[in-house]
Amino acid sequence: MRFLLRRTVFYLVTAWAAITVNFLLPRLLPGDPVQAMITRFQGRLSGDAVQSLYVLFGLDQNTSVLEQYLSYWGNLLTGDLGLSFTFFPTPVSEVLGQSMPWTLGLMGVTTVISFGLGTVIGVYAGWRRGTWVDALVPVTTFFSAIPYFWLGLIAIAVFAVNWQVFPAAGGYPAGMEPGFSGEFAGAVLYHAVLPAVTIVVSSVAGWILGMRNMMVTVSAEDYVLVAHAKGLSQRRVMISYAARNAILPSVSGFALSLGFVVGGTLLVEMVFSYPGIGYVLFQGVNAKDYPLMQGVFLVVTLAVLVANLLADVGYLLLDPRTRREAW
Amino acid sequence: MSVLEVRGLSVDYGTLRAVHDVDLTLERGEVLGLAGESGSGKSTLAYAMTRLLPPPGVIRSGTVRYKGFDLLSLAPEQLRTLRWNDIAIVFQGAMNALNPVASVATQLLDVFRAHRPSMPRAARLARCRELLHLVGISPDRLDSYPHQLSGGMRQRVMIAMALALEPEIVIMDEPTTALDVVMQRQILEQMMELRAALGFSVVFITHDISLLVEFSDRIAIMYSGRVVEEAPAQSLYRAARHPYATGLLGSFPALRGPRRPLRGIPGSPPDLRHVPSGCPFHPRCASAMDVCTARTPVLAPVDQHRSVACWLEHENRGAT
Repeated sequence: MRFLLRRTVFYLVTAWAAITVNFLLPRLLPGDPVQAMITRFQGRLSGDAVQSLYVLFGLDQNTSVLEQYLSYWGNLLTGDLGLSFTFFPTPVSEVLGQSMPWTLGLMGVTTVISFGLGTVIGVYAGWRRGTWVDALVPVTTFFSAIPYFWLGLIAIAVFAVNWQVFPAAGGYPAGMEPGFSGEFAGAVLYHAVLPAVTIVVSSVAGWILGMRNMMVTVSAEDYVLVAHAKGLSQRRVMISYAARNAILPSVSGFALSLGFVVGGTLLVEMVFSYPGIGYVLFQGVNAKDYPLMQGVFLVVTLAVLVANLLADVGYLLLDPRTRREAW
Repeated sequence: MSVLEVRGLSVDYGTLRAVHDVDLTLERGEVLGLAGESGSGKSTLAYAMTRLLPPPGVIRSGTVRYKGFDLLSLAPEQLRTLRWNDIAIVFQGAMNALNPVASVATQLLDVFRAHRPSMPRAARLARCRELLHLVGISPDRLDSYPHQLSGGMRQRVMIAMALALEPEIVIMDEPTTALDVVMQRQILEQMMELRAALGFSVVFITHDISLLVEFSDRIAIMYSGRVVEEAPAQSLYRAARHPYATGLLGSFPALRGPRRPLRGIPGSPPDLRHVPSGCPFHPRCASAMDVCTARTPVLAPVDQHRSVACWLEHENRGAT
């Protein structure tokens, strides 16, 4: 328990540092969001309006950086991330709230599928090394070596343009009203097939390769030989002795990749115009939308930290050697 | 009466022959010591007998008779049931022989799960406690993980595990190599007490000749994948006949009796890729003759209890 507590404190400090950097970053960058806004409205803003925009974005020249920092924290804790320029005057938190489920749904599910599939294949390939299963390794590695945007575009060209079996873009049909209906859910799944499959295809090789190699290493350990000598069934030896130990490095990798679920979607969502966080970030960067970018960065940072904490907890559960006396 | 009979066993690693046409008999209730330098094939022999040889090891020929079965041609499922029920192994290096992520209880219970599926859980647990008690470990250690135990305790757990199903044969492969001298003795003495009480036979593999002489009934000395001398422990210790066995004994200090100078064996173990012609030991042998470089001596009895593979012996008996 003390170990977890120490880790939690560590992550809290890291989160504080990350949020502070997040606060400083746009203030250190050249360019000024309000100026960008003024340009957008082509000078049709009065001096008062400009000043109130500065205040609105927390960039008031009359307040010190420290005051800005404190009010930034105050706003953060009340869930106020400011207003987005791109989707002005929608609050950033609302923009994030709308795009988050799409990203989590697509990337979260595909990451889990990719990890599960890759691990199972990897366990089997490692256990039966030297057989035909090994052929899966170069084949899947080939697909993961292809740059993702290219793979995505080819998938669109083949399955959405030539054959027209799947839609090319979007998270749901343009005319449909989002809601909790079976029809809508079906449409969402249908639209998710192409991006999901391309993600799994391009990421599964890493899990297979890692798991296979660990299985090969672990299979040479004495305790696996002992398990054979004990007359346990092949299945039992493979799962409880070999795979159980071989999976440990993959688990931390998996937790970390869960952290990147939120952040690593830029390419996918750009290629498939998927209405998730990455697509929003892409639009935000184009529009110099500092509050939106800050919001996305904040969410990504926190997700990575939470994933790290999950990795620690997972390791505690899976590997007794990491448990200290106090546990 | 013999419990295990190995006949003509040969094992290859690729093109290397690691075990060469070995005959070995394990009598009921005896401790058979297998000795030899690193790479002499003693562990390979033990793993081949139980078909646990990791790839690329391949058994080329031979039979291993146990209770009328040939272990080497047994169907996988039969072999699986026979393992641990009849032949258990205490492995070398207590450090890695236990699964680091499973508790002692889980690993002991696994044995019953695989071999005594009808045994009720309470009885299995009781048996686990009894086994730990047998090897002198407190039964409340059942919930411990291997990293929470000392090296000696881990080796005791391995012994407890080996005895779980009361096997006929226990193969001990360098069981005490990773332990300090005091612990080695304690564990071996305990093992021998258990053997006396439970009556299993032991194949004891080590390169520590002094331990071997003390704890074995009979010793087989291996060199370059062959058994070169086989004799009762005491007579081997008093007067080895094969020059290699003499050298091996001469390179360890005597536990008892007068001091004698320590001699090593000149040269190093043969490279299995380039085994010398004739007797593989002849380049290191002080008494090598012309015939030794040309022809390989076979293991043959020289008296009622002793077999030697050496031209010196054969010539003494006028065999060639």
